[in-house]
Amino acid sequence: MYDFLIGPFVEFEFMRRALVGMAALSLGAAPVGVFLMLRRMSLTGDAMAHAILPGAAIGFLIAGLDLISMTVGGIVAGFAVALGAGVVSRMTELKEDASLAAFYLISLALGVLIVSLRGSNVDLLHVLFGSVLALDDATLILIAAFSTVTLFVHALLWRPLVLECVDPGFLRSVSRAGAPTHLVFLALVVINLVGGFHALGTLLAVGIMMLPAAAARFWARDTTRMIVVAVLVAMFSGYAGLLLSYHSGLPSGPAIILVAGLAYVVSLALGPVGGLRRYLVPGRHLEA
Amino acid sequence: MLYRRTFLAAALLLAAAPAMAQEKLSVVATFSILGDFVKNVGGERVMLTTLVGPNGDAHVYAPSPADARKLFEAKLVIVNGLRYEGWIDRLVKASGTKAALAVASKGVKARETKDAHGHADAHALDPHAWQSVANAKTYVVNIRDALTLADPAGKDIYAKNAADYLRKLDALEAEIKAAVAAIPAARRKIITTHDAFGYFRLAYGIEFITPQGVSTDAEASAQDVARIIRQIKAQKIPAVFLENVSDPRLIKRIADETGARIGGTLFSDALSDDKGPAPTYIDMMRHNVKQLAAALTS
Repeated sequence: MYDFLIGPFVEFEFMRRALVGMAALSLGAAPVGVFLMLRRMSLTGDAMAHAILPGAAIGFLIAGLDLISMTVGGIVAGFAVALGAGVVSRMTELKEDASLAAFYLISLALGVLIVSLRGSNVDLLHVLFGSVLALDDATLILIAAFSTVTLFVHALLWRPLVLECVDPGFLRSVSRAGAPTHLVFLALVVINLVGGFHALGTLLAVGIMMLPAAAARFWARDTTRMIVVAVLVAMFSGYAGLLLSYHSGLPSGPAIILVAGLAYVVSLALGPVGGLRRYLVPGRHLEA
Repeated sequence: MLYRRTFLAAALLLAAAPAMAQEKLSVVATFSILGDFVKNVGGERVMLTTLVGPNGDAHVYAPSPADARKLFEAKLVIVNGLRYEGWIDRLVKASGTKAALAVASKGVKARETKDAHGHADAHALDPHAWQSVANAKTYVVNIRDALTLADPAGKDIYAKNAADYLRKLDALEAEIKAAVAAIPAARRKIITTHDAFGYFRLAYGIEFITPQGVSTDAEASAQDVARIIRQIKAQKIPAVFLENVSDPRLIKRIADETGARIGGTLFSDALSDDKGPAPTYIDMMRHNVKQLAAALTS
């Protein structure tokens, strides 16, 4: 049992690094995911993840698989798309989801184009899929730094963030914090996706953000508890996914996200809050 | 009189020049190493187009419409075969080309590869046959014959070019064997990301151990990486090599964790561009052997 569950992490440094990286990522990405979900912006995360690609690709074009240049590029591109979509939806009749879709599709096509320009098309796969097994010190520090910033910002802006989810109109009437809060929140989405992108790649980074959040929805009504559950689910997915990859030989990134997906399905079926359980196990009738 | 004759000759030459340019045999080679062979055998007589350029990986190449057009315009298409270019059959069909198709690896004794569970799968052949110079010579002969068939008028030129090039390959092979012989037998093993050196191992006796399968399609799992690290530690493998077409981050991690030395870049599936260390096949093999010798002899 010990050999099965703990042994791999004791024997191999790369497993420990992957585990630490996933834990750090979970601490930052899962809360952001919960807020995205509560604001009905779940697919925004997906769009933003695609939007990061051209920035990372330009960084890649300039410096190869270099941490700093790809990070800076990704963050800049992510912001550009988030702000661009916001501006278009405010200035024109196009709704935010449509303008975001337009921006991210352009962005994605541009990203693939730029990476292909370099000539070597295998590198594109590494950019798209990341490598959680190859986290070096610099990448770990970067991910941890992003998570730390995310947690601090959450602590600082907790009330406006929650209010924005529940009743943005009310927040606007009592305070001018609405618009800045929204921007800061988008910034958090971007940096967490960029952090996740180094470990899991652009496509799967959204998975560790949204799946734990969606799973947590079935376990708690309260935002705080939801975030705690989401972080725990994300950390468990990282741990169990790495073990799965270790014992079965599946690629690690997809294995981690699949475990998170499994956690979502289980929560959907068994979670006490608003899941399928009320159909499976009928509650007692209210009696006078 | 003389003046007029010179003028006439010049006019004739001018008229002939574009015609001669058009007479060039247009040949498409699928990737850079084949392209280099064709260049050496065909010389000035062929107009060569290479689909997958320097540093590209032909395993997972996505052909573009421009490629289909190049195929359509070609007289001769030269492929590696051994199921290396999985996309070529569809591309040939889609382009509607009437070009003759020549398989450069024809007659090479194909090496079977084992899948992850160690069973020899009859359908899995290792396509990287050019990693042994003896096979490269077969390639050159096949290419010479294919060019001759497509352009009989150039027969003598192709034969002469091929003979010259084959002599160079003989010298190369002797050079490689001498370099490997200088490495102590116990140290003749390395780890590299991409299993493309099976023929090199058979021909020259250096063991290559890989963290990934034969194709670069698959993402490495934690199990693969763990197995490699255990193996490096158990067998005291002295060097880890990066390759020009795979994830360098993973190799760095493995090297950090085992203390093995990181060797230079080995070229397996593609040549480098002109500025790189391996712009031709001969340069590539020389470069690889030099890197191996440097990491393993000390």
